[in-house]
Amino acid sequence: MGMTIGEKLSVRKTYGETLAELGETRSDIVAVDADLSCSTMTCCFGKKFGDRFFNAGIAEQDAICTAAGLALCGKTAFVSTFAIFATGRAYDQIRNTVAYSNLNVKIVATHAGVTVGEDGASHQMLEDVGLMRGIPNMVILVPSDSVETKAMVKFAADYQGPVYIRLSRTSLVNIHNEDDYKFEFGKAQILEEGKDVTLITNGETVIEALNARKILLEKGIDAEVINLHTVKPLDTQTIINSAKKTKNVITIENHSIYNGIGSAVCEALSENCPTKVTRLGIKDVFGQSGEQRELMHYYRLTADELAEDIEKILK
Amino acid sequence: MQTKLSPIELSKLQKIAHEMRISILKMVYNAQSGHLGGNLSAVELLLTLYKKVLKHDKNWKKSKDFQNRDRFILSKGHASAALYCVLAEEGYFDKKELMTFRKFGSKLQGHPSSRFLDGIEVSTGSLGQGLSIACGIALGLKLDNIDSFVYAYLGDGEIQEGQIYEAMMNAGHNRLDNLIAIIDRNGYQIDGHTECVKCVDPIDKKFQSFGWQTLSVDGHNIERILEVYEKAKEIAIQNKKPVAIIANTVKGKGVSFMENTAAWHGKAPNKEQYEAALKELEEQN
Repeated sequence: MGMTIGEKLSVRKTYGETLAELGETRSDIVAVDADLSCSTMTCCFGKKFGDRFFNAGIAEQDAICTAAGLALCGKTAFVSTFAIFATGRAYDQIRNTVAYSNLNVKIVATHAGVTVGEDGASHQMLEDVGLMRGIPNMVILVPSDSVETKAMVKFAADYQGPVYIRLSRTSLVNIHNEDDYKFEFGKAQILEEGKDVTLITNGETVIEALNARKILLEKGIDAEVINLHTVKPLDTQTIINSAKKTKNVITIENHSIYNGIGSAVCEALSENCPTKVTRLGIKDVFGQSGEQRELMHYYRLTADELAEDIEKILK
Repeated sequence: MQTKLSPIELSKLQKIAHEMRISILKMVYNAQSGHLGGNLSAVELLLTLYKKVLKHDKNWKKSKDFQNRDRFILSKGHASAALYCVLAEEGYFDKKELMTFRKFGSKLQGHPSSRFLDGIEVSTGSLGQGLSIACGIALGLKLDNIDSFVYAYLGDGEIQEGQIYEAMMNAGHNRLDNLIAIIDRNGYQIDGHTECVKCVDPIDKKFQSFGWQTLSVDGHNIERILEVYEKAKEIAIQNKKPVAIIANTVKGKGVSFMENTAAWHGKAPNKEQYEAALKELEEQN
C-alpha cells in the first residue's frame, strides 16, 4: 500500500527516496548538489549511487552548469539546492545554459517560501516562481504533499527538457492517497467544488485552503479549491471555467504576490474572462526569522487567517 | 594524432587562416555588428583544433560515432564568427551562409546557439559558464567510460567571472584529465587592457593552485599550437589532471589598426575602415 491521506511526511525526504528508487532502474539519472545534500535529501541517491552523485560544493552556478554538461552527455540530471540559491544565484545559468539549450536538467529546489523559518529572510525564497515563469522551455511544478512530490519527480525523470520543482522545508500532510492518485501534468486539480468563490493555490498552502474552506462553509460560504500544481504550462481553461462559475477568485501562495500564481491567474483571467482576483501571499516584503507555524500565522497563510481574510473580501 | 605538419599542410592551414580573417571581417562588416578583436585572435587556435585535433563529424547527430566525439565549448561565445568560419570550412554548412551572420532568420546567431546550428554543443554567450559545462561533460564521459576530450575555449577577460573559479575547483577536485581549457590571452576586454580593468595575471598560477597543469603557446603559430594540444592531452592523461593552455594572442590580429586595442572589441568597421582592413589582409597573402 502506498502513502495515504493524513500522513504527515517530509516532501524533501520523499524526493530523495523517489530519486534513489528511480536510480535503480534508470542508469541515466544523475544528481548534483551544492553542499546541501542532507537538507535537499539528494544524499539518499548519493549513498546508493556514489558514482552518479556529484557534489559541486558551495557553488550553485557551477552545480547548475555541471548538471547541464551531464545532460549534454545524455544523462537525466537532477540538481538540488535551496530555492534561494538555485533560482536566485544561478538564474543566468538556468536561463542561458539550461533553458536556452533546452537541456534535460531537473532543478528540484527545496526550502522555498517563508517557512524556511529560523534562518530568516536571506534564505526565504519568495520570488522563485516568478523568476522561473518568465523563462521559455521551463516547466514549473509545485507539489502539495508527498504523494504529488513522488509523482512529479517520476514525471520529471520521464519528461524531456528543463523542469523546476518547488519543495517546502515543511513536512506536509498528505491530501492524496497514493494508490488512487494519478498526476496530470498541466491540468489543475479541482479538489473541492464550490459556487461562491474560487481559491487557487498550490504547495504547502493547499491544505490550509482546504481547511479554510471548512471554516467558510460554516459561515455559509461555498468555496471551490483548485490545486494549481503545474504553474507552467498554465491550465488556463480550468481557471476560466471556475471564474465564470464563482465570479470571484482568490489566489493563495507562500510566495510574493508579485509574479507567482496570483500573477499567472490574473494574466489568464484578464485576457480571457476579466474577473476580480485577490492575491493572498507575501505582500512585497522580506520574510524574517521565526518558527514555521508562527510565520505562517504572521503572514496570514494558515486556515484561520485565510478564512478571515476571504470572508472580508467577499463582504 | 599527427603532431608534425608537412610544409604543404602547414601552408594550406595558414592559407585557410588567412581566408578566415577576411571572412570574419566581411561577416562583421556585413552584419554591422560583432566582435572583430576577439575573433581575429582565435583563428589559428580554433582552426588547428578542428582540423587536426578534435574528433568530430560534420554529420553531427547522424554520425555513427556521435557519442564518442570530442566536445568543444566556446565559452567566449562572442568569438562566434571565427567558430562559424571553421565549421563552414569543415562542411557543417555552406560557406555562402557565412554572410547571413547575425541576420534575422540565420543559423549563425550573434552568439552560438545549439537551437539553430548543428555543430554547437550548447548555447553560450553569457560569459563564465562554459568551463562548468565542460566539467559536467567531462564527468559524464567518465561515467560512460568514453575516452573523448572536452575542450573549453575561454577569453582572458572572461576569467574575471567568479564561476570560472568554481569550475576550476571542480575540475581540479575531480582530476578531470579529459578536460582542456584554452585561454585566449589577447590582453584586452571591452573597457581596456585586462590588467587595467581588473588584473587576471598570473593566469598560470591561478590554474595551478586549483590543481591544473598549464602550458603556454604562441596562439598564432599553427605548428606550435598543434604541439601544445598534443602535449596537453599527453600530460592530462599522464598526471590525471586537467590542463589549461594559455595561448598568447594578439587582439585584432592581422589588421594593424585593430591590433592590441580594446576599441575593436565589439565594433563594426565603417566602409572606409573596412576597405583599409581588407586591403591590409589581402596584401598579407
